[in-house]
Amino acid sequence: MLSEDSGEGFPVKKTTYKIEVVIENKPAARDPEGETIRRDLIVRGGYKRVKGVRTGKYIRMEVEAKSAKEAKDAVFKLCNDLRIFNPVVHTCTIRVGGKG
Amino acid sequence: MKACVIRFPASNCDLDTIHALRLFKVKADLVWHRDFKQASYDAIILPGGFSYGDYLRAGAIAAHSPALDGIREAAREGKPVLGICNGFQILVEAGLLPGALVANDSLSFICKWVTLRVNVNRTAFTGRMDEDSLLRMPIAHQEGRYFADKKMLKELYTNDQVVFQYVDEKGNVTPGANPNGSVDNIAGISNLDGNVLGLMPHPERASEKMLSPYDTGDGRLIFKSMIRSVEVANCQE
Repeated sequence: MLSEDSGEGFPVKKTTYKIEVVIENKPAARDPEGETIRRDLIVRGGYKRVKGVRTGKYIRMEVEAKSAKEAKDAVFKLCNDLRIFNPVVHTCTIRVGGKG
Repeated sequence: MKACVIRFPASNCDLDTIHALRLFKVKADLVWHRDFKQASYDAIILPGGFSYGDYLRAGAIAAHSPALDGIREAAREGKPVLGICNGFQILVEAGLLPGALVANDSLSFICKWVTLRVNVNRTAFTGRMDEDSLLRMPIAHQEGRYFADKKMLKELYTNDQVVFQYVDEKGNVTPGANPNGSVDNIAGISNLDGNVLGLMPHPERASEKMLSPYDTGDGRLIFKSMIRSVEVANCQE
């Protein structure tokens, strides 16, 4: 995909990257859903070696950028600017999930 | 005085709140969130509901509505701003009130009457109440578990911002009286100045005896307190 001028007289190639955002409750805020899944499904189902389960919210964004880093940085900025996660209660992990 | 109830997409307690305000002969407008002009009003209420379908988090999308700029300005000017249930969630998400509201411990939607203790009566919404008095009101929510970390909690107590707590019949904070797992049974908090208050219970559903299984109308005290605080502020001008 060709777009935007590089400023040097030739266009820069941009790619769409899949950026994954995972939002979890901080440990102090607990996670009743994860606790219930572990206690009432996993452990009760015999998988006692599972010592912890945390649930969260998964958001995948398709971002046009010149590099994976640029795409990830853009998502980092928007997650903070738009409060995609609430820093009082959540942790937010951002990772590159590959090209779109 | 003139009050305003702001309607967001999927607010659903807006008309009940207007009805409650009119019980006290308060002029009250129902205003679409994109049309809100704060200068026209003495008091602002964000009603309950499920703004934007509770997508992302309850209140998280409404917190970016242009109405919030006006609400921030009104709050700075000292006008009373009340967030009920989803309105509380919006105020927290917008950073007008500290802390967070997360999924109930039970992960279920809870709809029941609860007892609240009034801890602080210096706010714009509790001036007509005695401290330590008890109020009965219903809750109806799925994301009402108030959370603040220890440091924030300490500040809230130091600054008298923990306005309402869920209590038992005797007024004691007990685990059994906590419907949703809120830290320290917190049901409502205010900002530092006491003019912005959010609570999960619904005063508008508890303002007429006919609506209460206990033959009470305790929600009235919140609206009466708000009216008095506006009257006092207008006298001082």
